[in-house]
Amino acid sequence: MFRRATTLLRQPLMGATSRRFSTDLPAAPVEDSTFVEAWKKVSPNVEAPKTPLAYMKPRPATPTSLPSKLTVNFVLPYASELSAKEVDMVIVPATTGQMGVLPGHVATIAELKPGVLSVHEGNDVTKYFISSGFAFIHANSVADIIAVEAVPVDRIDANLVQKGLQEFTQKLNSATTDLEKAEAQIGVDVHSALNSALTG
Amino acid sequence: MAMAALRREGRRFATPLLSSPIRSSIISHSHEEVANGVRSISTQVVRNRMKSVKNIQKITKAMKMVAASKLRAIQTRTENSRGLWQPFTALLGDAPSVDVKKSVIVTISSDKGLCGGINSTSVKISRVLHKLSSGPEKETKYVILGEKAKAQLLRDSKQDISLSITELQKNPLNYTQNVEFDALKIVFNKFHSVVQFMPTVSTVLSPEIMERESEAGGKLGELDSYEIEGAETKGEVLQNLAEFQFSCILFNGVLENACSEQGARMSAMDSSSRNAGDMLDRLTLTYNRTRQASITTELIEIISGASALEG
Repeated sequence: MFRRATTLLRQPLMGATSRRFSTDLPAAPVEDSTFVEAWKKVSPNVEAPKTPLAYMKPRPATPTSLPSKLTVNFVLPYASELSAKEVDMVIVPATTGQMGVLPGHVATIAELKPGVLSVHEGNDVTKYFISSGFAFIHANSVADIIAVEAVPVDRIDANLVQKGLQEFTQKLNSATTDLEKAEAQIGVDVHSALNSALTG
Repeated sequence: MAMAALRREGRRFATPLLSSPIRSSIISHSHEEVANGVRSISTQVVRNRMKSVKNIQKITKAMKMVAASKLRAIQTRTENSRGLWQPFTALLGDAPSVDVKKSVIVTISSDKGLCGGINSTSVKISRVLHKLSSGPEKETKYVILGEKAKAQLLRDSKQDISLSITELQKNPLNYTQNVEFDALKIVFNKFHSVVQFMPTVSTVLSPEIMERESEAGGKLGELDSYEIEGAETKGEVLQNLAEFQFSCILFNGVLENACSEQGARMSAMDSSSRNAGDMLDRLTLTYNRTRQASITTELIEIISGASALEG
């Protein structure tokens, strides 16, 4: 008798497969039709796998007039810090220097170096120290910032930064192989950026 | 009173008679005993089976619990890493049917077994992708993550495997090994829900192919309209971009596959313990029938023996 109960409990689970994860995106059924057709020709019995296009939420189209707000997605490997947040301006630490992004900015792919990312929303400014990554600014005033590691600036300890800087400058001076030199150089860059983040 | 005495005698005789086998077997389970010239109705065989099935049920239930707890831990990490591949698809689109000379298929699978059919699905998809992208002047290679896919692909595609990495839990991925590629196809199982896993293939293009496709137009045609900031040349930035994209998508893919593995193991172990439970019920019925049949036979023989003595 109780065996039936378990099967009955499973039914709603099976029916709920049409409901996605609450954090997953609603599937706009976009498929690459050439891929699916080529697949079917080669192997009609095996179902074609899904591609990332199937899971993407459709992005807003390029507006004709200048939008008033910038939509920012700031993602890290272990969390999505900001997703689809409407802000006035962001300043990203590109390798060519600090770059300010306003709504209606030209489409850009920017490589980032370790530095401070600041998000301006009205009168609030949130600053994060990021360890490098990429920033994509699309023509529809959506900015995607992908970083490997980010920390709010007020959580950085100044003493540890000084100590790290000294340690890495020492390592740089005493480095012999190219690999060691490169590692020490990276350490020096990051720590001096941290330093300027704290002071600037 | 005589009947009571008989009944007492019957009970005293019953147990030693059961163990000293001089009975004719009427149940098929005791066929083994009959072959040796010893005839009895023995419940030993059924009892042994019941014990082993019960042990199996306990083990599979425990495995299910372990998989459920691991799933909970890894599910949050997977959900958080889902934002990672979206910017790349938004920028570069997705071109799974791109025509390239050298394609590399990265198959992500698990190291341990007993996780349902997810590894076979990944291998099936990889094989079809291999067929799809092979032709004159084209070469396709495999890079395998995980033991299970390695075992399956070694059998028929041994020469096409360029790299295989196992024990991802212990040794985190490092990208020091060089594999030349024009297009990378990463095959993994995306975690949809505890009972559903979608096989997915993500494509990463090398910088040269990205340039080629952007000039050809189509989905990547807009790439040219983007200004490039940083580094010296567009080629360098695209190189870094391709590498970054690869590592992000691989990171997400490995997490999703691990999640799917735990979920598949949970449902496989769950159905296995339910199966064991069903088997146990059936065996219990057989056991009871055997036991009752043997008792009835004893009684019949005692009573017929007693009545033969009397009358």
